[in-house]
Amino acid sequence: MAPKTMFEKIWDAHVVKAEQGKPAVLYVDLHLVHEVTSPQAFDGLRMAGRDVRRTDLTVAVADHNTPTWDLSLPITDPIAQQQLDALSKNCEEFGVTLYDRFSPLQGIVHVIGPEQGYTQPGKTIVCGDSHTSTHGAFGAFAIGIGTSEVEHVLATQTLRQFKPKTMEVRVDGKLSPGVTAKDVVLGIIGKIGIGGATGHVIEYTGEAIRSLSMEGRMTVCNMSIEAGARAGMVAPDATTFEYMRGRENVPQGSDFNKAVAAWENLTTDEGAQYDQVVILDAEELEPHVTWGTNPGMVAPITANVPTPEDYDDSGDKESVSRALDYMDLEPGMRIEDIEVDRVFIGSCTNSRIDDMRAAAKIAEGNKVSESVYAMVVPGSNAIKRQAEEEGLDQIFKDAGFDWREAGCSMCLGMNPDILKPGERCASTSNRNFEGRQGKGGRTHLVSPEMAAAAAIEGHFVDVRVWRG
Amino acid sequence: MEAFSSLNSGVAPLNRVNVDTDQIIPKQFLKRVERTGFGQFLFNDWRFDEQGNERPDFILNQSGYRDASILVSGRNFGCGSSREHAPWALQDFGIKVIIAPSFADIFHNNCFQNGVLPVVLPEDVVQEIIKNSEDDPDYRITVDLEAQRVWDENEEIVAEFNVESFRRHCLLNGLDDIGLTLEDEDDIASYERGRSEHGGILSS
Repeated sequence: MAPKTMFEKIWDAHVVKAEQGKPAVLYVDLHLVHEVTSPQAFDGLRMAGRDVRRTDLTVAVADHNTPTWDLSLPITDPIAQQQLDALSKNCEEFGVTLYDRFSPLQGIVHVIGPEQGYTQPGKTIVCGDSHTSTHGAFGAFAIGIGTSEVEHVLATQTLRQFKPKTMEVRVDGKLSPGVTAKDVVLGIIGKIGIGGATGHVIEYTGEAIRSLSMEGRMTVCNMSIEAGARAGMVAPDATTFEYMRGRENVPQGSDFNKAVAAWENLTTDEGAQYDQVVILDAEELEPHVTWGTNPGMVAPITANVPTPEDYDDSGDKESVSRALDYMDLEPGMRIEDIEVDRVFIGSCTNSRIDDMRAAAKIAEGNKVSESVYAMVVPGSNAIKRQAEEEGLDQIFKDAGFDWREAGCSMCLGMNPDILKPGERCASTSNRNFEGRQGKGGRTHLVSPEMAAAAAIEGHFVDVRVWRG
Repeated sequence: MEAFSSLNSGVAPLNRVNVDTDQIIPKQFLKRVERTGFGQFLFNDWRFDEQGNERPDFILNQSGYRDASILVSGRNFGCGSSREHAPWALQDFGIKVIIAPSFADIFHNNCFQNGVLPVVLPEDVVQEIIKNSEDDPDYRITVDLEAQRVWDENEEIVAEFNVESFRRHCLLNGLDDIGLTLEDEDDIASYERGRSEHGGILSS
C-alpha cells in the first residue's frame, strides 16, 4: 500500500461516496454549533421539514454573544439575547445538547470540545467557525464551514468536500524560554503569509511542535486559518493521550488502551509525500508582535515597524501603508515603543489553563500600569474553577487585572467587551483586522506572557530579558 | 438557490489585497437570525463614517459604481472569519460576481452555496479590469459561467476561468446541495453501520 499522510488516512476513513469530478461526501464525527452561525441553518431545516440526523454527534454552545460579566446580571443587548434565545429554542426543538450561559461546563466552543473529550484523534470535526482548526491539535481533521454547510451537516451528517492539498510545516530545534506556541504560529504566518496555506491542510511536525503541551498545540492549530489553511493538525502522541485519559466522552478503561493503539497508527507513514514543505528553525524564533491589520503583518519584538518601501509588490505597499495609517504607527519605530491602553488575555487561541498560568507568572508581584485596563477571560468555566483553585485569580486581581466569566469576550467584539475607537490593545486573540475588537480599535496580537508584561509596563517588552 | 448562467454588468473596482470578511460585514451586524437584509451593512466601516454618512471616496458610494453587479478586487479575497453573512451581504447589495486573483477557501465555498460566482483570473488580467473600470465607470464586462469566459465589449479583454464541473452544474441549475446528498441516503446509512460509537478511525 502506498504510504499516506495522517490527513489522507483520516480522509479515506470518512469517505461515504466519491465520484470523479465531484466533491466527496465525507462523514462528520462531531458537529459543534454556536449561536451566530446556526439560526439560519435551523430555519432551513424547519422550512424543508428536515430533522437533525445525528443529535448524538451534535453539540451546541453559547459563547460569542455572552457577556463575561457576573452571571446574575442580565444581557443588555436585546438582539444578542434574541440570538441566544434562538439557539436555546432550536436545540430544544431539534433535541441537540446545549451548553448555555449558565451551564457549569460552558465555555468557548473550541475550548470545551477538547476539555469534555468530544475532540479525539482521527475524527472529522466541523463547526460554523473558522477557528475549528484548533481541534486538529489532537490529530483530527477539523474545519470551519459556512451556515449553508452547517445546515447540510445537520440534515445529512456529511459534508461535500473537494480534497485539500497537504503541507508539512516542520519546526526543528528547541524554543528559547519566553518563546511560546503563539510565537511559533505567528512566525509561521509571517513567513508564508496569510494566504500561504490556502487550499492546504497543514501538518505541524518537528521537535519544537512535539515538545508543546496540548494547550500549545491548540494555539498553533487554532491560527492555521490565519495562514489560509483549511485545517492544521498535529499527530497524536503520549502528550495527547495523557491529556485525554479519563475525560468525559472519551473511551474508558481497556477501551481507551485499544483506542490509543488505533490512534497511534494515524501517524504519517514514512515515505509519504506532502504537496509542500516549509521548515522553520525554533532557535531563531523570538516573541512576536503584530503591527498591522492582518496576522501576517507581524515582527519579532526586537524589530522595528516596517515602512511601505520595504515591500516590492504594489498591493503589499498599499496595504502596509493603509495598515500603518489605521494603526497610527510611525514607519520604522521600535516595536517596544508601542504603548497600549488595553490588554486582553483570552480567546480560543490563548485562554486555557497553561495560558492562565503563564500570564499569572508574569503578573505575580507586579502592578498593571495606571494607563492600562487589563482583563483576563478564561476559556471555560472549568478553566476558571481550576485557575481559582490554583490561586491564579488572586494573583491577577492583586496585580490589578479584571478577572472575568468565560466566553469569546473581546476577541471579536460581539458582546459588551469591545475597544473604543482609537484604543490600542495587546491581545492574545487571533485576528487584528480593522475593527475586529471594536470599530476603530487597534489590535496587536501577542502571547499571554507578552500581553501580561505589556499590561505592567504600558508598552511592549521582550519577556526573554524583562524582569518584572 | 438562485441559478446563475451569465451576466453583463458594470464593474466596481476595489483595489485592495486580503479583503477580510470582518470588513465585508463587521461583527456587530451578525446578530440577525435571518439570511436577508445584510446588504445595508456591506463594507460598513469603509462605506460610512462615524456619523453614519457615506464616505464619498469609497467606490460603492460613487454613482457610476454603486449599481455594479461585478466586484473586482485583489488576491486572497474573503479571508478570515467563516461568516456566510459575507456573501449574503454582497448578494443582498446586488453583487453577483466577484473577480480576484485568489479567494480564501471558506468564503469561496460559501459563495457557491448562495448563487454568487467567484471568478479566479490571473493577476495581470485582474489589474487590467481594475484599471479599465477605474478609468471608466461605464466599463462593462460579461461573465459567462457555461462557457467559463469573461470578456469586455470591444474584446480587449477575453479570459477563461475554471469552475469545478460539479459546482458549475449546481450553480447553472440552482441546485441545493442537501437535496442531492439526501439521494445518497443508502450510502450514508451503510457507512453508519460500520462506524463505532466513538467514530474517528475506530471501527465497530
